Amino acid sequence: MRIAGRKVTIGTIAIYAIVIAVTLIMLMPFAWMLSASLKLSRDVFAFPIEWIPSVPQWQNYVDIWTKIPLALFIYNTSKLTIIVTLLQLLTSSFAAYAFAKLNFPYKNTLFLGYIATIAMPWQVYMVPQFLLMREFGLNNTHLALICLQAFTAFGVFLMRQFYMSIPTELCEAARIDGMNEYQIWARIMLPLSKPALSTLTIFTFVSTWNDFLGPMIYLTKTELKTVQIGLRMFISQYSAEYGLIMAASVVALIPVLIVFLVLQRFFVEGIASTGLKG
Amino acid sequence: MSLSNSVIIADGAPAASGRKVTVLSKRQRRIRNALVAYSFIAPNFIGFAVFTLGPILFAFALAFMHWDGSNAITFAGLDNFWLLFEDKAFIAAFWNTVIYTVASVPATLVCALGLAVLLNQKIVGRDFFRTAMFFPYVASLVAVAVVWNMIFNPEMGPVNMLLYTLGLDPKNMPGWAADRHWAMVTVILFGIWKNMGYYMVIYLAGLQGINAELYEAADLDGANSWQKFIHVTVPQLGPTTFFVTVMLTIQSFKVFDQIYMITQGGPGTSTLVLVYHIYNEAFISWDLGYSSMVSLVLFFLVLAVTVFQFRRQKEDEA
Repeated sequence: MRIAGRKVTIGTIAIYAIVIAVTLIMLMPFAWMLSASLKLSRDVFAFPIEWIPSVPQWQNYVDIWTKIPLALFIYNTSKLTIIVTLLQLLTSSFAAYAFAKLNFPYKNTLFLGYIATIAMPWQVYMVPQFLLMREFGLNNTHLALICLQAFTAFGVFLMRQFYMSIPTELCEAARIDGMNEYQIWARIMLPLSKPALSTLTIFTFVSTWNDFLGPMIYLTKTELKTVQIGLRMFISQYSAEYGLIMAASVVALIPVLIVFLVLQRFFVEGIASTGLKG
Repeated sequence: MSLSNSVIIADGAPAASGRKVTVLSKRQRRIRNALVAYSFIAPNFIGFAVFTLGPILFAFALAFMHWDGSNAITFAGLDNFWLLFEDKAFIAAFWNTVIYTVASVPATLVCALGLAVLLNQKIVGRDFFRTAMFFPYVASLVAVAVVWNMIFNPEMGPVNMLLYTLGLDPKNMPGWAADRHWAMVTVILFGIWKNMGYYMVIYLAGLQGINAELYEAADLDGANSWQKFIHVTVPQLGPTTFFVTVMLTIQSFKVFDQIYMITQGGPGTSTLVLVYHIYNEAFISWDLGYSSMVSLVLFFLVLAVTVFQFRRQKEDEA
């Protein structure tokens, strides 16, 4: 028993050692970023690293707002992200309901169309898409980015996989009770699909907030730009102002961190229910 | 009229022999049901068709055209295709994409699986650790790439400073992103660091699906942890591993953002990948036909992997 007890302890210590080491590697860049954001640029690369600056440069967090229109960029990104996420949740769950629980002509053909594009790299069609948007006169508008990101095959697929796991009998019973399909969607499917909706929210929010190739191609006017583009501009413009760059990077990370922390407990459940079994 | 009747019969509904009223009301109900279903799909599908499906078809057509985006389009036949074989940058991009995939897919997979197994155990602070591993995946690429560049800065970065204090000669120090021989390594390490957490979560989901009785049976047979891992966990995770492999492979064929942010395809063509080449040809050279041809190559690579996946899946089900 004692030997067994000791063996378990050694194993447990090893597990903790590995997990803590990997966690440190994963979080080190963020810690370094946070630390550097409170330093003067000339101190950023001082070695050995002074993790907690003796004289924290809070001024960095004041200066970034005046050196670039950061507030405007954040407003633009928030606007885009919120609209895209809401549209994505609404239209995907709506369409997914039909694909999961209703029968209609060409259902499989239409769904195959969605599936076929999931694996399609965006870069394959980003050029024609750009030309199409230009044709519609949507260059240099936020609407272009909304159209680009709000209607994805991935969203429909993810929601459908989740709806498939909800017993059809539930819908049947609701139909017998006299609910129409829209009511079933709103009162039964939506409330039951919180984990999937959370997963889709994280994915959509994160990818829209963090996207930079889309805005870079479509937005050339400064007043329309997003945080990520602003950050890139800032990096090339003030390439030696490491402290400021890090402060701006920290600010750009915060919204994603918040959304992620609030919704992450649904996350494994959501991914698990998106059906690895296809 | 006759067509819809035959559809109903083919579907195995009551034969349309004479009882016209039933057939019609049934048909009306079908139409109404179909309209309801289409009303659910339409908001998403219209946007999807216009902004995704349409451009995809257009991309395929463009591969066989000459176009600079403003002057007239002319038919090119297979010109763009033959150009691929003369284009040294394309050939470099193709092989770099292969190298990236061959190096990063197994490494990410092993790390993700190992971590998932560790974090599936009951340990204190498990949720915190899981969240920490996942965070690089959700963090803004622009922000983390700039930190990464600074940490791996050949002259002043902490990584080389650490190597220096460990006694490594500055002359033999890796130049990371600025070094032709190390640039690809840098990009691959960055990719593993950034994506590992996502695949770890998928593996965690897979682990939760394994029947606990299998482990109990293995315990009765006196299996140790390693034997249980090899003989129960790994085989049981087979479908998950396959899924992860396919996803990772497709993702690595499409790698762009991290290369754009860290090396811009350089130095030279040492980290030029297919998508980067597509981007350059389209938005820098404005050779849209040729860019679409390279896209087509990428598309067929991804398609091959996807078809392979579907075949495998069917075999598994059979």
